[in-house]
Amino acid sequence: LLGQCLELSVSAALKQGQITPIELCQKCLSLIKKTKFLNAYITVTEEVALKQAEESEKRYKNGQSLGDLDGIPVAVKDNFSTSGIETTCASNMLKGYVPPYNATVVQKLLDQGALLMGKTNLDEFAMGSGSTDGVFGPVKNPWSYSKQFREKRKQKPRGEKEDSNWLITGGSSGGSAAAVSAFTCFAALGSDTGGSTRNPAAHCGLVGVKPSYGLVSRHGLIPLVNSMDVPGILTRYVDDAAIVLGILAGHDPKDSTTVQDPVKPFVLPNLTDVSKLCIGIPKEYLVPELSSEVRSLWSKAADLFESEGAKVIDVSLPHTSYSIVCYHVLCTSEVASNMARFDGLEYGHRCDIDVSTEAMYAATRREGFNDVVRGRILSGNFFLLKENYENYFIKAQKVRRLIANDFVNVFNSGVDVLLTPTTLSEAVPYLEFIKEDNRTRSAQDDIFTQAVNMAGLPAVSIPVALSKHGLPIGLQFIGRAFCDQQLLTIAKWFEKQVQFPVIQLQELLNDCSSILENEKLASVSLKQ
Amino acid sequence: MAAPVLRWGCPGTCRAIAWVYGVPRRRRGAWTGSTSSWIRGQSSLAQEPLHTSRKPRKGEHKWAAVVGLEIHAQISSNSKLFSGSQVCFAAPPNSLVSFFDASLPGTLPVLNRRCVEAAVMTGLALNCHINKKSLFDRKHYFYADLPAGYQITQQRLPIAVNGSLTYGICVGKRRSQVTTRTVRVKQIQLEQDSGKSLHDDLRSQTLVDLNRAEGQLRVDANVSVHHPGEPLGVRTEVKNLNSIRFLAKAIDYEIQRQIKELENGGEILNETRSFDYKLGCTVPMRDKEGKQDYRFMPEPNLPPLLLYDTTSLPAGADSQQVINVDQIRERLPELPSVTRERLIQQYGMLPEHSFTLLNEVGLLEFFQNVIKETRAEPKKVTSWVLNTFLGYLKLQNLAVRESPVTASALAELLDLLDSKAISSSAAKQVFEELWKNEGKTPAQIVSEKKLELMQDQEALEQLCRSVMQGHPEVVMDVKKGNPRAINRLIGLVRKATLGRADPAVIKAILEKQLSCH
Repeated sequence: LLGQCLELSVSAALKQGQITPIELCQKCLSLIKKTKFLNAYITVTEEVALKQAEESEKRYKNGQSLGDLDGIPVAVKDNFSTSGIETTCASNMLKGYVPPYNATVVQKLLDQGALLMGKTNLDEFAMGSGSTDGVFGPVKNPWSYSKQFREKRKQKPRGEKEDSNWLITGGSSGGSAAAVSAFTCFAALGSDTGGSTRNPAAHCGLVGVKPSYGLVSRHGLIPLVNSMDVPGILTRYVDDAAIVLGILAGHDPKDSTTVQDPVKPFVLPNLTDVSKLCIGIPKEYLVPELSSEVRSLWSKAADLFESEGAKVIDVSLPHTSYSIVCYHVLCTSEVASNMARFDGLEYGHRCDIDVSTEAMYAATRREGFNDVVRGRILSGNFFLLKENYENYFIKAQKVRRLIANDFVNVFNSGVDVLLTPTTLSEAVPYLEFIKEDNRTRSAQDDIFTQAVNMAGLPAVSIPVALSKHGLPIGLQFIGRAFCDQQLLTIAKWFEKQVQFPVIQLQELLNDCSSILENEKLASVSLKQ
Repeated sequence: MAAPVLRWGCPGTCRAIAWVYGVPRRRRGAWTGSTSSWIRGQSSLAQEPLHTSRKPRKGEHKWAAVVGLEIHAQISSNSKLFSGSQVCFAAPPNSLVSFFDASLPGTLPVLNRRCVEAAVMTGLALNCHINKKSLFDRKHYFYADLPAGYQITQQRLPIAVNGSLTYGICVGKRRSQVTTRTVRVKQIQLEQDSGKSLHDDLRSQTLVDLNRAEGQLRVDANVSVHHPGEPLGVRTEVKNLNSIRFLAKAIDYEIQRQIKELENGGEILNETRSFDYKLGCTVPMRDKEGKQDYRFMPEPNLPPLLLYDTTSLPAGADSQQVINVDQIRERLPELPSVTRERLIQQYGMLPEHSFTLLNEVGLLEFFQNVIKETRAEPKKVTSWVLNTFLGYLKLQNLAVRESPVTASALAELLDLLDSKAISSSAAKQVFEELWKNEGKTPAQIVSEKKLELMQDQEALEQLCRSVMQGHPEVVMDVKKGNPRAINRLIGLVRKATLGRADPAVIKAILEKQLSCH
């Protein structure tokens, strides 16, 4: 059945022998080297990838391919444990830490024959919305170097340094987004706690999936907020994301919060008729800070559904305005707890001070964590103090329930999916972004995304169009809990309607002789 | 990293906590109780001894003490509470540590079914209300042997609450009477164990063992004193008591200390103390662990723990996925109080004897095996098991299972005694021989040592005659009417028979012969 849907894809190309896994791997490795300045990868696992490619090639030769992902280069955010491969969370605290085990999602990808190209950059411990606050430096958005963006910029007055105006990727899974966007891999794992997969997907012109909480194992994902974290998926196309999600989904005995019911493989039908669908437009998401371009695209998207016969209705999520504050309290509280294990004793960074255990803890944690992490730990511990617990943590939990109920009510009223913006605007230049501190930025940038995490719902950001500056803008679909397949089916229909343009990086990669070939490969991605 | 390699699996150590709250009492009780399971700790600890060092003078207030116990009992399970690694006493340090036990980033707890069942069973045995839904919490503090920086426990909604345990204590001058008391159990909670720190003061180093399966029982005692009728006093907490004897001593000491302090015009601080077992006193703990804010928070990685009974069991539920409280209730073994009552009814045993039988691991089973195989009266068996057998064990500090004398051997010995084949004193000798464990049966020993009772009437008469002839002065005494003199003659005859003659038979012969003189 899958084979019938395939037109031309990397996967098909591999199966037909038009390209071998080793060739594909080498091409991606060469692109990783050419785009090193993007700072997408913290660790490039060249040897691992090539070895996996060899094994994959053997399988193809013997006609024993493991499936759609066999021989496909992937990247993994550096907050997933990878056995024998350094896992840093972009923090001094975990520099040099080599986990002895694979995260379940990593293992599942490897079991399917995927090639691990490397570990991608992020905000330290995934705390941020720009991928600018990691110890290895900020990630640059590949669109900063795209033909589409450069052409628009030419009309601007000259004078600025060519590279000083590069754009952020969004975050915190910015490294994964940049890696896919720059064709260095075909899919990447991100993590999504408040929007960390969807936000960079929107800024980098990608599909970013946040699965339902409990659908995908968190075992091996170094936690930010256990009750909201989910592994996220970044790809260029919805079908690719669905293939990866189908592989990752399901019960894991090592994660008690995963669903017990067996999950069937995801096969997305080609939706031809949307007339039976009901699309909800939450009115509270129309905020003054929303850029006019995003607002107009959002409205166009709603019109598109309507014109195709879908029912489009305004809905209300009345507790939306309390969401970000509530998220802040719950997030920092869990952060304070989850970060307690980093004490310098068992693993990771340890300071030189050995006057006493307490002094060692203090200095280790001061040296190991950046200001953002330390700030969240301090806030979280404050909220958890006996005298504050009722007033902050318990209240925030109650508000969380109200927010989750808002969604339940809307879905119970007959809405199939909600359509919202993913971000307030297109990606901003780094120099602009750092004018505000991490906390302010996170509060602004997570505005449309974090409520979904608090409610445990599935959501996907889909690239819609380029802004007047030639930068991608994404919109978000939010689905019913565990209706991930339905959500992606609708997203796939939408993707087909909007025909988002492929990033043009020829200029950036102009010394690359095989650029066209790569471009051709990448443009078809896994499956189309 | 502390942990060498480890089992890939899931989750931590476990232990259950029971909070036992005592009610103030006036008299000091003995430490009794105990059963063969780990619930033992709780029943024996349910004491609130109150005793002042001197009698109150007239007009002086009496003191009452209130004691609450937090009992940490290790669940006997093959793997830890939240991980698949094994639990094994005295395993090499850090040899049984999973990635979760070492708190490697990204690892998650997975609840061990066996531990939940043990907690439910404990709750049922202690007459608790079993919560069909219970929750897990994180308790935060920094300590070298707590690698996650928090402990997973059940602070807010524990698995069982509101229980009680009725137990007996020995009273009376000779501690020969048993009276019953009831202690309330506030809650039973599942809790992950911390690791073990070994402090090397010389090198100022601390070594950490994350195996976690050490002490089987640990108790924290909360103690306060007050005048009856007045509000309760400020309490102190004596932590980490790991034997019942030290627990008793620590509580006794703490009560005395508080009374003395208050009577001297001092005040009691709400503090954490430790028991110095060498000096026999409690001292304030240096670290301020007791005053920490633990910043409790729900454990987000463990869903609520749901239990079912036969009526609430979801249709078609996989029996491996759900826990049925009713099924566990059916599997509950006979509880110690029921066993004791049965012993008293069935064998006419004294209550204090029933306690002793149950207090020693394996003794009840030994007793029952002897009863099964012997014709001897239950009272005789009780006496031999509790006095002779237990006496020998205690003397050599042996457990029942280490005894050189089997239940069958003792049964055979008691049969010989019962059929009057040997005398009581000969039986003692046989027992002593059996204890040497030379592989001989009681019958063989009796035969080799010639310990059979002398049944030959003529020979006995002959012996009596020669004893009387050899001791005319004693015979004279008897004839003068000294009633005790005949006992001397009996003793002399028994000596001559090497203790093999029945004293009653000797007495009859002697009396007959004396009357003929």
